[in-house]
Amino acid sequence: MTDTPLGILGGILLVAGAAFLLLGSLGLVRMPDLYNRIQAGTKATTLGTLLTLAGAACLQPAWGLKLLLIGMFILLTNPISSQVLARAAHRMGIVKSQQTVVDHLAEDTGEKS
Amino acid sequence: MVELLIYAAATLIGIAFLLALFRFFKGPSAADRVVAFDVLTIIAITVIIFIALAEGRGIYLDVALVYGLLSFLGVIVVARYLERGL
Repeated sequence: MTDTPLGILGGILLVAGAAFLLLGSLGLVRMPDLYNRIQAGTKATTLGTLLTLAGAACLQPAWGLKLLLIGMFILLTNPISSQVLARAAHRMGIVKSQQTVVDHLAEDTGEKS
Repeated sequence: MVELLIYAAATLIGIAFLLALFRFFKGPSAADRVVAFDVLTIIAITVIIFIALAEGRGIYLDVALVYGLLSFLGVIVVARYLERGL
């Protein structure tokens, strides 16, 4: 936790990651419908977590391998969970926002959206 | 300097946690709550990493890894349940 250049870079990366997490949560509150909330809640938080992991790796270089493992894992699992959630919501019949203009899944399955 | 940056990041993450918790309790549908739960688990992984940094103990990173695995499976199972029942 000393003020080396690498340590300050790690601190700045931590703040950037936390800011992206905050923006993702803000999108979760302010977006109009469920699909937009999934959009905000997955992409922004993935980037925020990866930046936080990079910052922690700068502060404690000995943990780099384990942090890289966690980052790879998040990068693999986050898109899967968001895709499964979006498909489940679509099959549940969650209503879309009024401003939605295209729905490819409804077109492919042949239902009227 | 570095400690100040870490405190600022922890404060931002606390606010993010509260915002996601607001969506979790407000809903309105069950799928909204599951999305908020997904975001909450991701934030919780970050919080565990901050605890590991504050304590200086690398063993907590294993906790973060296992928590990420289990919460991912939980979200998948709940989404499957919402889609077609158990």
